[in-house]
Amino acid sequence: MLEVVGLGKTYGSGAKAKTAIDRLDFSVETGEFVGIVGPSGAGKTTLLKCMSGLLAPTTGQVTLNGKPITEPPVEMAVVFQDYSRSLFAWFTIERNVELPLRHGGNRIKDPAAAAAEALKAVGLEGHEKSYPWQLSGGMQQRVAIARALAYQPQVLLMDEPFASVDAQTRAELEDLVLRVREQFGVTIILVTHDIDEAVYMSDRVVVLSRPPSTVQEVLTIDLPKPRSQSATKTLPEYAALRTRVYEEIVAPENRPSHV
Amino acid sequence: MRWLNHSRSGRVVVGATASALMILAAWLFTESKSETSYIWPTFGQVWTSFRETWLFSHVGSDVWPSLRRMFVGYGIAAVAGVAVGFVLGSSKVLDAMATPVVSFLRSIPAAALLPPAIVLFGIGDLTKIVVIAFVCCWPIILNTRDGVLELDDTMLASARIYGITGVRRFGLIVLPAVAPRIFAGLRISLSIAILLLVTSEMVASVNGIGYFVFLAQQQFAVDDMWAGVILLGLLGVVLNYLLSLVERFVLRWHQPADHA
Repeated sequence: MLEVVGLGKTYGSGAKAKTAIDRLDFSVETGEFVGIVGPSGAGKTTLLKCMSGLLAPTTGQVTLNGKPITEPPVEMAVVFQDYSRSLFAWFTIERNVELPLRHGGNRIKDPAAAAAEALKAVGLEGHEKSYPWQLSGGMQQRVAIARALAYQPQVLLMDEPFASVDAQTRAELEDLVLRVREQFGVTIILVTHDIDEAVYMSDRVVVLSRPPSTVQEVLTIDLPKPRSQSATKTLPEYAALRTRVYEEIVAPENRPSHV
Repeated sequence: MRWLNHSRSGRVVVGATASALMILAAWLFTESKSETSYIWPTFGQVWTSFRETWLFSHVGSDVWPSLRRMFVGYGIAAVAGVAVGFVLGSSKVLDAMATPVVSFLRSIPAAALLPPAIVLFGIGDLTKIVVIAFVCCWPIILNTRDGVLELDDTMLASARIYGITGVRRFGLIVLPAVAPRIFAGLRISLSIAILLLVTSEMVASVNGIGYFVFLAQQQFAVDDMWAGVILLGLLGVVLNYLLSLVERFVLRWHQPADHA
């Protein structure tokens, strides 16, 4: 459903030009969970901005259901890393979630019901009237996830969504996202620097190379579902996959000649 | 005195006690001085003057004209300041063009503007309104401009992702985000407005509180003079309080500083 074709982005021009990503190609199928990992500086955020229509690519294109993305499409929602800046501090939790449904791209008939459903799905009933700063970081990120779900997107992009919360909250939010993914039938693309997280959550993992980044490897993660923090992470297959991704990222030149 | 950080009523009690002691000291001082010198009126004399002048015989003739000038001038500064601030914050070219002009104009000492303003606009209300508006608009312009420049990329990206655009983007996202900075500018400008009101009324006027104080001094009516000064102080306190009420209502979502 979402295709990245020959995607490249170069910042600046002439001698100072810096190519962040270079001729990326991959696709994401409906209902899939795709993790995108790469060494730091691999243009993950650039890729996400191009996929979401926030940034125009220099070459190539991203298509959603066959249509090229030039502006953020209504079929897409994004959860950013920094919840303290992505939520609107002057609105209550409820209004934050309802806002795109009342005043944004997807104006639906009953925003209040959609918001209530999404807030329930992320376990935030009872906090509707709070302001974002009154909640913990993990709870604020749940609000951002609820807002994205209430928007009823086909594709949900997540940019390092758990990088700003503590480890335990992180595990909870990972499982929460896997759960709502089934409930809302949404395709998810997760950009992360965390290899464990990408392997644990994804159906496939796209490994980017060092910049200028290309797709270095696409791995299918055929771990049993539903995933579980305790059971999945003790499987030898899990360990093998995460080691494989780790080697791809950290020491690509040493990897066995399986490509 | 760490307990004062946590005790609101404690702060009130300490503040009230200190104020009472200072008033008592001033009272004793003026009582002793007034026996030998006419330039020190007693508290009783000042209070009598205050009651006879400001409650409420001169309200229509002096207080109201002063307040009207100030509100019109300050209001123009607020509206124009926010508008210009948004324009400068949104356009790099206009901002670069305006920066030297703004630095010069806002550096002119406010009182120095009065002679040219009198030449241009006479000694009526217009002079005071223009001078107040002119001087008060800079802090509002600069704070609004900075607020627009500080708008967060992630916040704006979120609005864009969810299709919040145009007028709705401005009213629902941009304006509330800049509002704390706008109020910072409004607070600074309010003190300037009161200052300029009084100055302009002393230099060129036929009524107003500033004119009254100046005239009382010229006529050696020291008790009237002090009564006018006290009224101006009270006015400043009340106006600042009213602005803080508006601010607290508009920014009621704002995270309290001690929660950060």
